[in-house]
Amino acid sequence: MPVPLDPSAKFAEYAHPEVLVSTSWLADNSNLPGVVVVESDEDVLLYETGHIPGAVKIDWHTDLNDPVTRDYVDGAGFAALMKRSGISRDTTVIIYGDKSNWWASYALWVFKLFGHADVRLLDGGRDAWIAEGRVLTREKPEITPAEYPIVDRDDHSIRAFRDDVLKHFGNPLIDVRSAVEYSGERTHMPDYPDEGALRGGHIPSAKSVPWARAAGEHGVFKSRAELEAIYLDEIGLKSGDNVIAYCRIGERSSHTWFVLNYLLGLPGVRNYDGSWTEWGSLVGVPIVKGTEPGLAPVR
Amino acid sequence: MSSPKESIASLIEDFNAISVQDRLMLLLEFSDNLAPLPARYAEHPDLLERVEECQSPVYLFVEVNDDKRVGLFFSAPAEAPTTRGFAGVLQEALDGHSVDEVLAVDEDFPNRLGLAEAVSPLRLNGMRAILRRIKRQIKEKSA
Repeated sequence: MPVPLDPSAKFAEYAHPEVLVSTSWLADNSNLPGVVVVESDEDVLLYETGHIPGAVKIDWHTDLNDPVTRDYVDGAGFAALMKRSGISRDTTVIIYGDKSNWWASYALWVFKLFGHADVRLLDGGRDAWIAEGRVLTREKPEITPAEYPIVDRDDHSIRAFRDDVLKHFGNPLIDVRSAVEYSGERTHMPDYPDEGALRGGHIPSAKSVPWARAAGEHGVFKSRAELEAIYLDEIGLKSGDNVIAYCRIGERSSHTWFVLNYLLGLPGVRNYDGSWTEWGSLVGVPIVKGTEPGLAPVR
Repeated sequence: MSSPKESIASLIEDFNAISVQDRLMLLLEFSDNLAPLPARYAEHPDLLERVEECQSPVYLFVEVNDDKRVGLFFSAPAEAPTTRGFAGVLQEALDGHSVDEVLAVDEDFPNRLGLAEAVSPLRLNGMRAILRRIKRQIKEKSA
């Protein structure tokens, strides 16, 4: 039996209401058969300090990234992760995390690279759950290992590589980093570790829309009208556009990808996960410094 | 009191004797047990130095007293348990020891705790950064 959707009026406004659940929906439905709740945070120990009862942990560094190659786990690695997390191919996965679901969106994007059908985000994530005084536990759930097929990762539909970006000039690019990273004043986010980039600035023609503009109080997504005002009216995106979003390593831009793809229903959005740590160190690629997008190079 | 060298050797042994998952739980214990700031610093956040290389805000203050012993004080929010855990490990290893002993500590010892697999090498950079800043403050304050 399919897991019911959250009928909230706010979600009904979005292009894909089926990808979100509210804290109250989750509190009522987390024990339904066929549902697995996943916490995915920036801090690798945050889950251990207390998590939503029954939730399993998936960490972006230690579970989703390949330990050797700069890439995601492959089909076999993802299947193994799903098995040990108790997730089968038809499981409804509800992901939540810290920092306005920044890493939860990243995890959801990786699930989608493997075409997992029913993955939803908890609107507001961990912060909203805690702000409402809902229960957390340190007790780890008993996980019954599941069967999961080995599925090839789809690296084309929602993922862009540097060569795709070079061929993309003339189409919209969205830089979701902070203003100081965009201008080139800094190569990494203030207060965050520096994964390293040799140059500062942005990809020519990319417009700056820091990812957090899509999030309101307690990290919940802004309403559809508010999001349209930013991405459609202000930035000028429209249906049918091919859009590439990037940040520093692809995590913040997963959040923007989620907003554009599912909440506003723009189908042609890809996330460039190489992002600034790759582009800012690549030999010979064009870069623009300062607060203006600059012109796309003529191909 | 054992020397920092002995404390570090025993921390390395403790962490490496257990599974990767249990290493995280041990780090969580250090996080849970990190001492709160004494009032003289809690009321004066301006005296603390921010460790920018860490993923989450952590502030530290190093005291060097008249007999050249080091006191370490940290402030990191509960939402940053990994960083709190790093601070707790460093406090356990270094707090109360002499300037010379602390300055002699191998800056690479965080890499030998077996935590790279548990938390990822990138995150572990934060712990080495705290250690470097501790040593820098000691040098400044004992010069």
